[in-house]
Amino acid sequence: MQIGLISLLDGLVYGMLLFMLASGLTLILSMMGVLNFAHASVYMLGAYFAYELSRWVGFWPALIIAPLLCGAIGAAIEVWGLRRVHHNGHIAELLFTFGLVFIIGRAVQMAWGMLPMPYRVPASLDFPLFSLYGENFPAYRGFMLLISALMLLTIWLLLKKTRIGLIIQAALTHPSMVSALGHDVPSVFTIVFAGGSLLAGLAGVIAGNYLTTESSMADAMGPIVFVVVIFGGLGSLAGCFIASILMGMVQTFSVVMEWSFADMLRPLGISVSADDLLGEILTISISRIGPLVPYVLLIVILLFRPRGLMGTRET
Amino acid sequence: MLEVRDLHAFYGKSHILQGVDLSVGEGEIVSLLGRNGVGRSTTCKAIMGLVEPVGTVRYRGRDIAGLRANLVAKAGIGYVPEDRQVFPTLTVRQNLMLGLKRAGRFGRWNFDDVFKLFPNLAERQHNAAGVLSGGEQQMLTMCRTLMGDPDLILIDEPTEGLAPMLVEQVGRLLEEIARRGVAILLVEQKLTIAMRISRRLYVMGHGRIVFEGTPADIDARADIRREWLEV
Repeated sequence: MQIGLISLLDGLVYGMLLFMLASGLTLILSMMGVLNFAHASVYMLGAYFAYELSRWVGFWPALIIAPLLCGAIGAAIEVWGLRRVHHNGHIAELLFTFGLVFIIGRAVQMAWGMLPMPYRVPASLDFPLFSLYGENFPAYRGFMLLISALMLLTIWLLLKKTRIGLIIQAALTHPSMVSALGHDVPSVFTIVFAGGSLLAGLAGVIAGNYLTTESSMADAMGPIVFVVVIFGGLGSLAGCFIASILMGMVQTFSVVMEWSFADMLRPLGISVSADDLLGEILTISISRIGPLVPYVLLIVILLFRPRGLMGTRET
Repeated sequence: MLEVRDLHAFYGKSHILQGVDLSVGEGEIVSLLGRNGVGRSTTCKAIMGLVEPVGTVRYRGRDIAGLRANLVAKAGIGYVPEDRQVFPTLTVRQNLMLGLKRAGRFGRWNFDDVFKLFPNLAERQHNAAGVLSGGEQQMLTMCRTLMGDPDLILIDEPTEGLAPMLVEQVGRLLEEIARRGVAILLVEQKLTIAMRISRRLYVMGHGRIVFEGTPADIDARADIRREWLEV
C-alpha cells in the first residue's frame, strides 16, 4: 500500500511529463504529417538551457526564458528548414528531422561535454512536501505536477476557446479546407511547431533536474514519447493524454513489481520452474523487463486497434 | 469577373484538365455540367489553388493562377467542396465562425441570415458538426463559405446524394446567394437545378469544355445531352 500511493503520484508526475512532450509531437504529426525526430532533442536543449541560465540568473527566470528559447528554435526549424524540404515529400522531412537529432546531440556534447550537468532542484523547492508511511514526497515533484496541470489547462483553453485554437483543431483533419476558407495554414503550422517546441523545452527545464541533464537524455526520452503518440492515436489530444498517464503509471509500477509471469500462472494451478521450456523467460520478474512493457503495449495496440486509443485515422 | 484560359492540371502523370476555357461575369450564375471524372471538380480545385494549375486564371483582372488557396479565398472566391468537409469535432457555430476570414467581420451574411434560412442549423448550433445528417452538413458547408463573404462562389455538386426536398432547399439557397449579388459557378451532374437558375452552362468532357450555351440551347440539343450528359 505504501508503495502504491507514492508510486501512483510518481507515475502521475512522469505521465504528465510525457504528455508535455507528446502533446506537441502529436499535434505536429497529425497536422503536418511530420514525424519530428528532433522533438526529444529540443527537450534536451530545454534542460541544458535551463542549467546554463540558472547559473547566471537563477532557476525562476530560467523556467520562463529556456522554453521561450526552445520555442524560437522550433519556429526557426519550421520556417527555414521544414518548409523548404516540404516539397520533396515526407522522406525528405523525416531525414531532415533525423539529421537534426545528430546535429543537436553533437552540438550539446561540444558545448557542455559528455558528463552529466550539476543541474539541481532549486533550494526553495528542495524539501519534503509530505510523508506517507515514512516515505517522503519531494516538494519539487509537487511543483512538476502543478506546472503540468497549468500547462494542460492552458492548452485546453487555447484550443477550445480561441479562434486560433479552432483553426488548429480544424486543420488537424482538413488542412486544405481551412486554407480554402482564407486561413494561412503554413503560419498555423509554424505556431504549432513553435508551441510544441516550447512545451518540449518546458519539459526539459522541469525534468532536467528531476532526472539527469546529460547528452543521452534525448535518446532516453525519444522512443517512449513516440510510443505514447502512436498508442494515443493521431489527431487526438485526449488519447495522447490517456496514453501518457498510462505509460507513466506502467513505467513507474513495473519498476517496483517483483512478480514474474510464473507467479501469475501459479493461481491457475500451473507451476513453472526455470528448467522448463520457456521457463527462463516466464520466471523473469516484471521489474527487470519494465522498460520493455510500453513497447509490448504498443505492439498489442497496433495489432488490435491500428488507429490507436482514440485516433481519428489510421497510423 | 473570372476568366479561365487554357487551364491544364495533372494528378501525377495523368493529364486531367486539357485546356479548359470558361468565364463568369459579375453576379452571374454559370453551371459546369458533365459526367463523373471529366474534370469538373479538378477545375474548381485548380482555380482555388488546391491543385497546381497550368494556364491562366484571371480574377477581376488579376492573375491568380498558382496562388495559395488562402490568398485566392482572400481575393474573394469561395469554395464548397463536394465531399463537404465539415470540421467534425467543432460545433456548428464554430464551423460557421471559421468561415469568417477575420473574427467579427461580417459581410453580406451573418449568423442570423444562416439560421433564418436553415432553422435546423440554429437548433443544432452547439452540436458537433460531425453528427449532423448529410443534408445538414451540406447546408453548413455552403453557409460556412458564405460567412467569408465571397463575391464568387464555386460550388461542387451540392445536391449529390440529397433527398428531393433538400435539393429544393439547395436550389432556394442558390437563388438567395444570387439575389445578394454573388456570382456562382455551379458544378452539377443533374440538369434540374442548373437549368432553372443558370444564365449560361458549360458542358465538360475529357478534360475540356465541349459545349457552351444557355439553358434553351441545351434544351434544343438532344445530341449534346446524349453524348455528354445522360448516363
